[in-house]
Amino acid sequence: MSMLAPFGGGPSPGPVIPSFGGGSSCVVQNRQFCGAWFVDNFGSRFAPRLVEHIELTAIAVGVGMVIALAAALLAHRLGWFETPFSLLSAFLYTVPSLAFFELMVQVTGINRFTAEIALVSYTLLILFRNTLAGLRAVPPDALEAAQAMGLSRRQTLIRVELPLALPPIMAGLRIATVTTISLATVAAYIGAGGLGEPIFDGIQTGFKTEFIAAGVLAIALALAADGLLVAAQRLLTPWARRRRA
Amino acid sequence: MIGFVLGANSRDWSEVASREGTQVAAGRPATAAAPIAFVNVSKRYPGRAQAAVGDLSFEVPSGEICVLIGPSGCGKTTALKMVNRLIPMTDGDITIDGRSVNAIEVSRLRRRIGYVFQQIGLFPHLTVEDNIGTVPRLLGWSKARIRERALDLLQLVGLGSEDNLRRYPGEFSGGQQQRIGVARAMAADPPIMLMDEPFGAIDPITRDRLQDDFLRLHREMRKTIIFVTHDIDEAIKMGDRIAIMREGRLVQIDTPDRLLAAPADEFVADFVGADRGLKRLQVWTLSDLDLDPLPAGADALPSAEAAMCLRDALSLMLTAGAARVAVLGQEGTAMGSVSLEAIAAMLGPEPRAPAP
Repeated sequence: MSMLAPFGGGPSPGPVIPSFGGGSSCVVQNRQFCGAWFVDNFGSRFAPRLVEHIELTAIAVGVGMVIALAAALLAHRLGWFETPFSLLSAFLYTVPSLAFFELMVQVTGINRFTAEIALVSYTLLILFRNTLAGLRAVPPDALEAAQAMGLSRRQTLIRVELPLALPPIMAGLRIATVTTISLATVAAYIGAGGLGEPIFDGIQTGFKTEFIAAGVLAIALALAADGLLVAAQRLLTPWARRRRA
Repeated sequence: MIGFVLGANSRDWSEVASREGTQVAAGRPATAAAPIAFVNVSKRYPGRAQAAVGDLSFEVPSGEICVLIGPSGCGKTTALKMVNRLIPMTDGDITIDGRSVNAIEVSRLRRRIGYVFQQIGLFPHLTVEDNIGTVPRLLGWSKARIRERALDLLQLVGLGSEDNLRRYPGEFSGGQQQRIGVARAMAADPPIMLMDEPFGAIDPITRDRLQDDFLRLHREMRKTIIFVTHDIDEAIKMGDRIAIMREGRLVQIDTPDRLLAAPADEFVADFVGADRGLKRLQVWTLSDLDLDPLPAGADALPSAEAAMCLRDALSLMLTAGAARVAVLGQEGTAMGSVSLEAIAAMLGPEPRAPAP
């Protein structure tokens, strides 16, 4: 947690510009963005953080989706379950992220697991709501047809309800993924790695190129993930695009 | 356990049906059908004094269309849905080929009963082929066989093309969707079809065509069909027999002609309408009458195809101010003629034998 220590340490005033990779004039003068330095350091400083960030997000959204799906299915069958789970997920969603991370550290320690607990918690509200809304929006006539054709409850769920609930579920996944990518940068605060690390580092040392590069990478990752999900949705819901003219 | 019991019973309808279904060669109409009997069937809902369906007993012979009709809330749809156990009955029994529906495992029962309803209920996320193939897939048919069957059925309902197999329901009009709905209901060659106001949400012209096409289909398939409607004209057109219900009870069950000629009471007479005499004329076509020879000057007569119903023929004569109509044969040449009196004579107080 060296990044949390007050920088400098010695008596010298002003920000300390560390010598990042040889010190071109751009770096020494700490200009807004040093492209050459970024390219030189991408493989060593950013690529591993980017991979960590993708892992953090994928695990959080994946686990969140599994929990939200299970909860939504339960709420779909047992109406009373909706309110308590909604309240819980809404409550978790309102907890300030830094406070949440700090609180969880006292329970599960400084590690990636702690970060994932917090990140998963933030995905639940949107994923639960959208999944439940999707399940409830399945046309009743399709359900009646399924029942009349002798599909069991499980067959109806897998072959009719879940596919038809996909569009709102995918919409929820997109929002959850983008917010998690953004939120996961804060997870570096408790040592979870990811693009938050160079951001914190850059802020601490005052080296602009480092945190700008990391921030832009996070934004690019969010856009790319969103694009991938849109593509996946188009692939998974071909019927939605084919309408009678 | 159930499989064993079914296998041991040689008269079991579902076994017979699936065996026959397997043997039906592609492209050939299927033949399976089974009689249905309601025996003192009642449905009561807790907290309600009056039964939704009370002591309902009637039979539908194999291969016939029985129409259930009556005002809203008369229990016709409830009666229909008790056959495939979408609604459980409180009392009595419904048998299919002599076997109680309650003795058959419910999903197995439903897979052997085609179900068509007003809202159609096609699965919007599945192609037409997969929609039609839903039950066959549950029954373990091969992909190739399902495709072949789906194409046959599409041809049967007038939508036959390879392209349509790959389309989604949203790409079709309401009338076309209901044709696909009918094809899907017949996919696994069920001996029985339940139809709950199947053409109720479709515009009148399309409905008329769907009715005609369905009757043609029925003449080939000869399924046993229970058909719910609130439209007396549709009932007369579609039904071999019409059952009129009121407040959960059966008031009269008869052939369309008998129902129109001799309504059992005021309620039935009211329900079939003051024009029941004219409606009776809908039951027959010109070809049901003995033709008179063509009179001299027949060219001036209005002419009609032999398949025209007597009501339309009467209307034609009245419109043209003629007392006689020339009846055209298949090549469009006049075969003979029918007089106003001959049509009026059909409306005696005695019901006629049902048209063949």
